[in-house]
This record gives sequence, C-alpha cells and structure tokens, in this order.
Amino acid sequence: MSGIGTGYDLSVSTFSPDGRVFQSEYAQKAVDSSGTVLGMCCKDGVLLAAEKLEISKLLEENSNRRTFPIDKHAGAVVAGVSADGRAIVDRAQGEASNYKSMYGDAIPGSVLADRVASYVHVFNLYWYVRPFGVCTMLASYDHNGPQLFMIDPAGTSHKYYGVAVGKGRQGAKNELSKLKLADMTVKEAMFAAAKIMHQVHDGEKGFELELAIVSDETGRLFKRVGKAELQEVEAAAKAAIEAEDLDMSD
Amino acid sequence: MDSQATVPSTSAAPHTGTTIVAVEYDGGVVLGADSRVSTGTYVSNRASDKITPLSESIYLLRSGSAADTQAVSDYVRYFAEQHEQQLQYSPDEPVKVQTVANLVKMMNYQNKHLVGAMIVAGWDPVEKGQVYGCPIGGTIVREKWTIDGSGSTFIWGYLDSQFKDGLSRQEAENLVAHALALAMAKDGSSGGVIRLVTINEAGTTRRMIHENDDSFPNVGRDTYFGQQLEMLQTYGVRV
Repeated sequence: MSGIGTGYDLSVSTFSPDGRVFQSEYAQKAVDSSGTVLGMCCKDGVLLAAEKLEISKLLEENSNRRTFPIDKHAGAVVAGVSADGRAIVDRAQGEASNYKSMYGDAIPGSVLADRVASYVHVFNLYWYVRPFGVCTMLASYDHNGPQLFMIDPAGTSHKYYGVAVGKGRQGAKNELSKLKLADMTVKEAMFAAAKIMHQVHDGEKGFELELAIVSDETGRLFKRVGKAELQEVEAAAKAAIEAEDLDMSD
Repeated sequence: MDSQATVPSTSAAPHTGTTIVAVEYDGGVVLGADSRVSTGTYVSNRASDKITPLSESIYLLRSGSAADTQAVSDYVRYFAEQHEQQLQYSPDEPVKVQTVANLVKMMNYQNKHLVGAMIVAGWDPVEKGQVYGCPIGGTIVREKWTIDGSGSTFIWGYLDSQFKDGLSRQEAENLVAHALALAMAKDGSSGGVIRLVTINEAGTTRRMIHENDDSFPNVGRDTYFGQQLEMLQTYGVRV
C-alpha cells in the first residue's frame, strides 16, 4: 500500500500518477508514530484520553498538556506533532469565540469540526506550507447531545462513537469495538480507556495518562479529570489487567 | 418667531414614525404594528407593512429610518438563510430566534450610524416563543414583551398594567391591538391600519384590522374625539 513516492512527494501541491498526495500521507505517519490518543462518545458525554510518553525523567508531572478546552461545552485532544496541535487548538478557540460573538450561541460540534477541517485542509493545498502532522479530536456537548469528531492531517472530518490514533491504535481499536459505547456512561468509559491505554502501551519507559471529559456529571462543561480521580481509575484499570493476566495464565 | 407659514417638508427621509409591539404568550408570540410612513408631515404610505419575515417563524418589527431597517432586514434574512444551509438545519430544527436576533444586533452595533429600533420575535423548538428588543446602538435584550417607535411612549403605562404571564392567544392579540389603537390615537406619526402576526408551533398567521372593522378596539369613540370623528363622517369627510 505505502510506496516510495520518489519525485512526487516533494510538495503537497503535487499528485502522484496514481492519484495520491504523498505529503498528506507522510503527515499521517507523523501521527501514527506518536503516543496513543483515544476518543469515546457515550450516552451521557464524551471522553478524550492521551498517552503522554515519558520523554525524560526530569520532566515535571502534568506539564506538556494535551487536552484543551475550546469553549465551555467543547474540548480537544491532539495526536502527533504537539506544536502543530497547539496551533490548531488556537484556531479552534478563535472560531468558537467568533461564532458566539456573531450568533450569540455556543458553536455546535459539527460546525466547529467543519471549521477546523477547512483550516487544516488549506495547508494541504499550497506548496509553500506543509500539512499539520496532527489528528485533532473534538468533543462537544450541546442541545444536539454529546458528539465526537476527528480531523485528520488531510483535513477530512468524521463523526465517531469511538476512535483511536497513534502507536497503539490497532490494539485500541480492537478493544473499542468490543465495547457498547452508546450504552455506557462516561464514568464507565474512563475505566475502559485507562485499561486500554495500559494494555496497548508499548515500551519500558512509562507514560502519563491525561483524561478529559464533558458529561452530564460535569454540568456539560469540558473538564480535565483531576489527579485524585485519575489515580483511582488507573489503579482499578491496572488491577483489572492483572486479574485478567492471572486468569489467562491458569 | 417665524411668521411665514411652513410648507410640509417632502425632502425629509421617509421615517417610520411608528408604533411596534411584541408580546410573548403561552405557546408563542404576537407581533403588532401600525402602517403609517411619514416624510416630514406628509404620509407617504398609509398602509405599509412593518412586520418583515426573516425566516419561516421569525419576524422583524421595524421602526426608525425605513431605508436603514429595510437594509438590515435584507442582510439578516440573507445571513440567516446562509447559516441554516451551512448548519444543514432541517424543518424540525430551524435557525433559532436568539441567533437571528443576535445578527440584527450585530448590524446595529457594527454600524452605529444606522437608525433602526427593531424588535425580533418568533418561535423555535428550543426556547419556544421569544421576544428580543434590538434598539439603536446595538443592544440586545430578551423580554416577555417590548415596544418601540415614536408611538410607544404613550403606551408603556398601558402595557405595564395590562400584561401578565401566561396569556392565551386571544388575550395577547387583544392586548397588542388595544395598545396599538391607543398609540395610534395619540401619536401623529402612527396610524393607518393595525397589522397583527401570531407565531407559534403550528406556524405563522397574519391579519389586519381596519378602523371600520368590528374588531377595532374601542378607543376614545365615546369621548369628545370620537364624537368629532362621527360628525365629520356624517358630512362625508373620509377620516
């Protein structure tokens, strides 16, 4: 499937003979090799999770934030080149603020996703810029209910029940497909997400889990999950994994 | 001071010296307006329609400069339609009254030279019946009822005393018609016919009340003014 695009991959404004834009595909590869990121849309809210790989033992806990509020009712998590991700989040925050200024109401999830997708797409059109190496997941909760969108580096936006990108996406997608997300609550999803993250994590180096939710429980506000609750959820997840391992080895 | 007789000015800009009223009732909103457009002291249109549709269930009441308010209503109708298309709204989920009212406010606020005192009222499935005042300058305030235009000065007291929450449709229409009749009787810049528009979940209905209709509110007919009118009519003077 993936071939060397020699000659046709130098610029995003060039098609290959078989109709591919290699620069956009290479941008996707940047996402594929970054830490795993999950999104889950449940019956009472949306959950976003990021695997923050430990790049250095000297790194302070809780720095290198990966989840961001876009507005009170919406938030985002980015996978891939985090600097690129921050630029997109900035733009999304601007769009949300602009929309509220003009129409006097919180931006609907689908509109926000459209705006972010249009923005990301622009960087796939011109030779003098490069595409963002980022997959952006947008969570929102308004009168249309909880919604989860993902925008890939090419600027395509889709609506999802559950989605995973990054290194551990194969295993994560597998686990996600076993869950009945539409029947789960965000609380249950937090436990499931922590479990999946710990299961698919690869490597001797540790990682920090960052969770953010917008649900009925948070009053439909986008909030990061606090340290105490996070530790609780992770402990329960790790215990469940160990129990399963024991079962398997019997 | 000026001993010369003044001639009616026809060089003044058309002005909807007006009375406009909007009231929220249990199930929707009732909008009302007079129909007089004056150019100075000359009535350039005695049967104009100051109740303009912005979308299927959202209407605009216009007072102030006729040109300014017509321009604003044209722009907002366009923006609202674009907005509906972009958001892929369906008939079950139309553009919200709040959104449209904010667009009107945006026009007034970003273009301070405009002289448009407007009221946006309508029905949507989210907040049901709503009335928003959008006066000159660019304020937006949601209220249970509001009035504007030159004739409104005479009926604040009337509405303050007669409005109550949870009116029925008929009560609300009577209230609006009565308020307009009172204002039209006292304000020289308001007159003509009473136009009423009622918007609720079932849709929008419009009607007109002429002063010769039975349903025209009984305002001052039995006072000295009323007697004068009758006398003139007996002599064949059309009033």
